[in-house]
Parts: sequence; C-alpha cells; structure tokens
Amino acid sequence: MTMTIISSPHSARVNRVDQVMVQVCLALIPGTAALVWFFGWGVLINMALATVFAVTAEALVMKLRGRPALPAISDYSAVVTALLFALTIPPTLPWWMTLLGILFAIVIVKQLYGGIGYNPFNPAMAGYVFLLISYPVATTSWLPPDVSELLEARDLSTLSFVDSVRLIFTGALPEGLTWDAVSAATPLDELRTMLDQGKTIDMIRESPLWGLFGGRGWEWVGASFLLGGLYLLWRRVITWHIPVAFLGGLLAVAAAFWLVDPQGYPFPTFHLFSGGAILGAFFIATDPVSACTTRRGQLIYAALIGVTVFVIRTWGGYPDAVAFAVLLLNIAVPMIDQYSQPRVFGHGRGERKKA
Amino acid sequence: MSGLRSILDGGGQRKLWHFHGGVHLPDEKGLSNRQPIADAPLPSQLVIPLQQHIGAPARCRVAVGDRVLKGQLIAEPQGYISSPVHASSSGTVVAIEPRPIPHPSGLSSPCVVIETDGEDRWAELPAPLAERPEQIGGCDPAVVRDRVRASGIVGMGGAAFPSNVKLNPGKDQPIETLVINGAECEPYITCDDLLMREQASDIIDGVRIMLHVIAAKKAVIGVEDNKPEAAQALRTAIESAAVGDRVEVAVIPTLYPSGGEKQLIRILTGKEVPSHGIPAQVGIVCQNVGTTAAVADAVLRGRPLIERLVTVTGRAVAEPRNYRVPIGALGETLIAASGGYRGEIAKLVSGGPMMGFRLETDAVPITKATNCLLALTTDESPDPGPALPCIRCGRCAEVCPANLLPQQLYWHARAKELDKVQDFNLFDCIECGCCAHVCPSHIPLVQYYRFAKTESWAREQEKRAADHARERHAAREARLERQERERKAKLRKKKEAVAGGAAASAKVGKADRSTKGTETDKQAAIEAARRRAAEKKATVAKTEQAAQPQGSDAAAASGLPPVDERKGAVLADDPAASRTGSGAGQQGAERQGAEQPVAEGSAAEPSAAGETPAAEGSAAGEKPVAEGSAAGEKPVAEQAAVGETPAAEKPAAEKPAGERHLARRETAVQE
Ligand code: SF4
Ligand code: SF4
Repeated sequence: MTMTIISSPHSARVNRVDQVMVQVCLALIPGTAALVWFFGWGVLINMALATVFAVTAEALVMKLRGRPALPAISDYSAVVTALLFALTIPPTLPWWMTLLGILFAIVIVKQLYGGIGYNPFNPAMAGYVFLLISYPVATTSWLPPDVSELLEARDLSTLSFVDSVRLIFTGALPEGLTWDAVSAATPLDELRTMLDQGKTIDMIRESPLWGLFGGRGWEWVGASFLLGGLYLLWRRVITWHIPVAFLGGLLAVAAAFWLVDPQGYPFPTFHLFSGGAILGAFFIATDPVSACTTRRGQLIYAALIGVTVFVIRTWGGYPDAVAFAVLLLNIAVPMIDQYSQPRVFGHGRGERKKA
Repeated sequence: MSGLRSILDGGGQRKLWHFHGGVHLPDEKGLSNRQPIADAPLPSQLVIPLQQHIGAPARCRVAVGDRVLKGQLIAEPQGYISSPVHASSSGTVVAIEPRPIPHPSGLSSPCVVIETDGEDRWAELPAPLAERPEQIGGCDPAVVRDRVRASGIVGMGGAAFPSNVKLNPGKDQPIETLVINGAECEPYITCDDLLMREQASDIIDGVRIMLHVIAAKKAVIGVEDNKPEAAQALRTAIESAAVGDRVEVAVIPTLYPSGGEKQLIRILTGKEVPSHGIPAQVGIVCQNVGTTAAVADAVLRGRPLIERLVTVTGRAVAEPRNYRVPIGALGETLIAASGGYRGEIAKLVSGGPMMGFRLETDAVPITKATNCLLALTTDESPDPGPALPCIRCGRCAEVCPANLLPQQLYWHARAKELDKVQDFNLFDCIECGCCAHVCPSHIPLVQYYRFAKTESWAREQEKRAADHARERHAAREARLERQERERKAKLRKKKEAVAGGAAASAKVGKADRSTKGTETDKQAAIEAARRRAAEKKATVAKTEQAAQPQGSDAAAASGLPPVDERKGAVLADDPAASRTGSGAGQQGAERQGAEQPVAEGSAAEPSAAGETPAAEGSAAGEKPVAEGSAAGEKPVAEQAAVGETPAAEKPAAEKPAGERHLARRETAVQE
C-alpha cells in the first residue's frame, strides 16, 4: 500500500466558493420579488440578460487568457455580479446598455485585473457607475412603484411583460403612452428637487411618493433585501460587521443632521429604506474581494461607506450614492487593511509582566 | 472575542476564557471510544526508532545479536534535549539500520530491530522513588526529574518534547499552575479519553508528583465537554486521593484547537504565552495526560516509557478501538488486530485529521508520539480539488486561533516573500489547519506556511553558513599573510646566519642545511609548525563558535568526523545544510592543496648531503600533517556545527529534508 503525501488538514472542507455564491443568489430572491412586484417584469428581463452577458463575457475572456473557462464560470461569481448589476439599473434600461455595463464590469474591472480575487473594485458597481456617467438620463429614469394610490394621483401607467420586453429591446413605448406617463422620479430624486425648491420635510412628506419610513414601494423592497441579508447572516455567508457598520454609519450621520434640522433633512430611516442602502449594505459592500479583510478594517470601511452615502446623497451631484461610495472606499481598502491588523496571539499587552 | 465566561463545572465554578477563532468539527469520537482499551498482540518484531523525540537522537547502546529484556535501555540520550530509548519487550537485536518511520517526510531513520521471544521478560527495573504518591514529598525534585529523563518520557500529545526539560523551568521562573491537557480536541482520537476513564488514578498520581517537582500550587486538568465520563472518572480519582484542594478538573467547551498548549492555557488561566516563548514565562507548565500517567509509572513503579495508547480509527478500518501498544510495534499489526481495512481507503494518517500527517505505508512503527492511526474513506476525506484564487473572504482570519491573517500569509508565501511572511508573524502559526478547513477556495494554506517556514529556516542557515565562510576566508587570508611574513623573516634570519657563519656559501637554500645552524633551524621549524597548528585550532574554535566542543575535540584527536554527529547532520538536517557541509569539506581540501606549496616552500628540500634526512623529513612532514589535520578539522567542525543547529533549534529538527522537498514539489504542482 503506497500513497502520496499531502499536507494536513485531511478533513472535508466545509465551504466552497460556488456554494457561497449560490447562497448569495438565493438570498436575493425576496428583494427581487419585491422589485418585480413594484416595478414590473423589466427587472427579471434585465437579470436574465445581464446573467447571459456576464457568463458569456467571462468565458470568452478566460478563453482569450488561455485558461479553462468552465472552472471560472462555475464559481458563479459572474452570475452574482450580473444579478447585483441588474438590480441596480432601472427596469427599462435598453439591452445594449446592460451589455456595455456588464462588459465593463467583467472584462475591464474583473478580468483585466486578474479575475476573481484580484479586482480591487466591485465589478457590478463599477459597471453601474460607468453607465451612470456615460448615460446619466437613461440610468436614472425609474418607473413609478405599482401602487394604485400613487398611480392615480399622478396619472401614471405600468408596463406589461410584453411592453417591457419591447421597451428594453427596441426602446419603443406602448401605443399612446409617453415617457412621462410611465416614469417617475425616485423618492431620493424627488426629495432633493423639493428641498432645492425650499420645501420643508413636512411639506414633502405629503407627496404620495412617501410611505411609512421611506419611499413608497421602495421601503418594501428595502425590507425584502433585509430579509435576504438576514438569511446570509444566518447561513454565515457574511458576518454582521459590514452591514451593521454601513447602516450604522449612515444612520448616525443622518440622525445627527436630522436632529439639528428636522425640516431640512429627512428622518434617518428614510435613508435606510430608500435607494440601494440595504442592498448595498448586505450584498454589495460585503463583496469579499473588494472589501477589507480584517475585522476592524471592515468596520471602518463599511462605516465610511455609510457616511459617504449620506454625504453624496445630501450634497453630491447624484441622487443615489451607494455605488460611488463603495468604489471610493474600495480605493482605501489596502490602506485600511494595513492599519487595522489584529493583535497576534502572544504579542504585546504585557502578558510577561503578569507572570 | 476575548470576553470571559464561566460555566458550571460540577458544583465548582471556574472562570474560563476564550481564544480567538477555532472551529466546531464533527468529533467522530464515538467510532472508537465505546470499547475498552485492548492490549495489542505482541508482534514478532519490534522496530524501535532511536529518535522519537525532539532533540538529539539517542545513541545506540546495543549491538546486533544482543539479547535484551523488556524495559532495558537500548539507547542513551545525547545532550540535554534528548531522551533514552528502551526495549519494549524481551528478545534479540537482529538489526540496527534505517527503517521507515512515521514522519511527514516519509524518510527512514535508524532503528533497533528486536526479534521478540514471546516471553516478555522484564529487565531489572530501578527501584520506585516512592511507594505511594503522598510520599513523593520526601524526594529531591532533581532526582525525580532524572528518573523522568532516564525513563525516556517525552510529551505524548504529539510533540514528543523531553518531559524532564519541561519539568525544569529554572529557579527564576516560579510556576503557579500545572495545566494538564486532557482536551483531546482533534476529531477521531480517543486514546486520552480512554486513558482518563480507565487510568484516572494514575493521572492523578502523576499530577501530584509533577506538582512537587515544579513546586506549583495548583493543577488544572482541562477536558472538553464531549468527554463527560473522562471528567467524572478524574473527579472520582481526585476525591479518593483527597487532593481536591490542589487538583481541579475544568470542563471546557468543545472547540478545535482548544487542546493546543497555548490555547488551553489561555482558556484555563486567561494568560497568553508570549510569541516565541514558553508557558513557564507565564508561570505555567503544561503536560499531556498520557505523559502524566507515564511519569507516575516511572516514579512509582520504575517503569520506563515502553508502551502507549493508540487509537485505531476511521471508517476505513473494520473495528476501530484503542490499544495499549508496545513502542516499535508496526502499524500494520494494529490494523490487522482491528479487522483490517474496510472498503475504499483514501488516506492513512498518523494523528488526527487536522494536524496529522499522511503515512505512505502502515509498515511504520508506533513511536512515543503516535496517538492515532486514522484510516479515512473518500467520504471522510474527499479530495479538496484544485485550489481556486483567494477571494479574500476573511474566513481564515475569523477562525485562526493565533489571530493571524492567513490570507496575507498565503499571499506572501506564494510570492516567496519571506520577509513579508515573517512580518505577518508566520512563526506564530501553529499549523492547526483551521484556515484551510474553512477556506472556500480550498487553498492548501498550511502547506504554503510549512513551505515558507522551511524556506525561512533554510535561508537562515545559508546565511549563517555564508557568514562562517566569510569569517573563514578572512582568517585564512590573515594566516597566509602571517605565514608569508614568517617565512620571509626566517629566510632573512637564515641569510644572516649564513652570512655571519664562517662558510660563505652561495647556495643558501641547500647549503644552510649542512651548516651549524641546522639543529636550531630544525627546532625552530618544528616549533613554528606546532605553533601554527595550535593557532589554527584556536582560529577554528573561534570561528565556529557554534561547533560542538566534543565534536571538534574528537575531530582534532582522530582527524575523522565523529560518526554520530555526521549521521545527525544527514538525518536531522535539511539539504541546504548538508550542502553547506560538503561545501565546507571541499573548501578544506582545496585549502590543503593550496597550502602544501607553502609548506614545501618554507621547509627545505632534503639536503643533497643527506645529513639530516630524518630531521628534514619530520620538519617537512610535520607541516603538511599539521596543515592537513587543521584543514581537515575545519570542515568536520563545520559539519558538526551545521548538523547541530537544527537539533538545537526545535523547529528545524521537526522539519527534515524530505518535507521541504515535498512541500516545494507540491507547491509547484499547485501552481
Ligand atoms: S479563507 Fe481562503 S479564500 Fe477566504 S480569505 Fe482566506 S485564503 Fe482567501
Ligand atoms: S494553520 Fe496557522 S494560520 Fe491557519 S488557522 Fe492555524 S494558526 Fe492560523
């Protein structure tokens, strides 16, 4: 009986990259369902398109790099990137923009840096920001949430599945509908515009766009993503550090400003339940590759993202800020990691003196 | 994560502490701990390795053909950190030769092979130091330590460090607590569990003896909470020995690797053993339960360490259970006793699944450090598949009990940035395998760390060797210069003598031999040669400060390398060092060649007149001999020095040549 030697441990490994990624996909289900409920089929169509584009792009690049494509695509990391990207863009985005965004994310941001594990920036967010800068109007035109009260108040219509497909692939709206009749500003957009017009929060809250703690419809989307995030925590795919620090940082600054001037700044939970804050905190900032690796570093990194989100939302040029904030802090990751190393067992803290 | 926590501990409460990280593993102990300990069958042959411990190998004291009795000394320790070896049954020595031993390298090492006679007859054993454990107070701790050493007791938890050394922390290190390690945190292994259940009173006896030896106030036995029977048996034994005020059982949560020495100390006392330090620095001595029972055996019964408990387990073996095994029995006899293999065996491991090493064959002997033979099926130990890129998920850092950043270590180890890995405290890694266990990319992290460690040691040694070479070179230059000066001075003196003499011969070189000055010249030449030889020896001693004194003495006396030393170098050293060794030898030879002309030049040619051939010869002859012995001596001392270093440095001795090669090869494969 002869056998070759390999190093310990000999135990069965308990985690695998593909399983982790599949868990993330599963955790996206509630949030996706809520988005589809409020914003129609466009969401699903985008997700499908993005996934196909991303996997194909990944496979092609691996071929070009002369490496086997199958292992790369079967880790499902491209799928997760595609899904997160698709959940961030408006449900009406033309297909070729999705293609451009995905190509930028997968080919340039991920593969040109060396593929999974080596990309300093979150590919999905980089792809989104690329589109946001290149096509600012298309990437910020959202549909109104499918809430009858709101639709009636504003005289808006929703799109059927076929309408959505046609809109995405040909850019054509259904007969007799104008763009104004199907699109609506996001609550964050509206808030900013109205504040700019000198309205107070109380006046703004009268708008049918507002719900209980955030934008109408959006608050439920946020809550559903939160559910998925809790699932990830429960399955130990992520730890609490990044989401808690992200949302904590955001809440803390939002609360501080709100306390000082409750009419000039929205109630803090508005920030949590509008835009991509929850999605960002549980699914995007937690992307291990582009986040900090030390525990303390993660807390700093995520808290700073939260603060940056508030800063950009309040004073920046773009209504939602999660993507920018994540990318900005991605740059700072190496430095934060460097200065947040844990104290190694047996080093320092005067153990010797105690003896 | 370092908050303290207290749990109810059978009536008494002991504050327990956390260490960072750790993993929960399926314990798999039920496979082997349902059966009582069985005596392993006495094999027809015992293969007893001379090095079963950390430190210098034991020196063999028997010869082929000798009859030995059970418990008889067959090899004695060399140096302080070393341990003797005893025959584990009676019989005849049939061979003393290298045999495969259970070692990660898969290398062979010198073993004494005994053909047993089946009588299992005991040798005359030393008298017990005390009849009963309570009488131990009357014994000098030094005497007890000597007994522990003479009985060949080493750490039986796997490290095999000579126990008497641990029991001698020194006067300036007062010891407060004796920590007894009964955690047995590795899955599958149950030999300590069974020992605690069946021989609890032996353990308590051992604890009392050791408390006396190290003058500690208290002893705490740490047992994981998955071994309630063991904890209960210990408590009962403590009660019946009425030592409840000094000895305590602490039940700790099951969490791998709480049985790591530093981790257990942290859990039980809240103290952190400093990096690169030993427990004594924080007032603690830690011993394994098996070692503790062996100490009781040696002190109260005079028995050396010649048997141990071994768990034979895993789903690829038919009837897992624990055996009391004579040291030197081959693994295959235990497997056979357990009904042989069952089904597909993926791996045979010595030790546990997390830190054990894979065996190439089961035809290796059980040593003092072997606690488990683990036959794993493919289900239990599936091939982790090819490693994927690190996704920086940080899970490894989350579970690392040393609170390291394993992915950073991996990153730099892979890039062979040895300085960087050390900046990230590579040498605080205990190779527990937690990081690799949880890594979603299935990167063989521990393998990278081992590789980086061996590379670092090798580099360290090469550096040291280079320093030696530089110093040697400088010394040689200085010597040559001095010789040249002396030669010139002598020639001048001769010239003067010749000029001052009555005979005004033109042929200075030869004619001076026939002059009156010849006698004194010869004396001077002999003197000078002697002086040079002595000087050279002094230089050697100075240059190779690390050289073992007896090594260079022996070499100086015989001009031959001390055999054992050499073997040690070859066996315990890594290839870099043996390379250095032979390099030094070569250099020595070169020097010898280079110096002969000098010698010839200064010693005159035999005179044509043939007046003083003998004296000439002796003068001329002496120099090369002196040169030769000095030159020959240097490489030997060199080798001894290089050979000794790894033995003196515990880690290096643990990692012999083969592993490094393998690690390198595998890394190459990985990449
Ligand atoms: S667990 Fe593996 S993949 Fe995750 S950071 Fe550590 S080495 Fe990288
Ligand atoms: S093997 Fe080393 S680096 Fe990995 S978890 Fe254990 S101590 Fe930490």
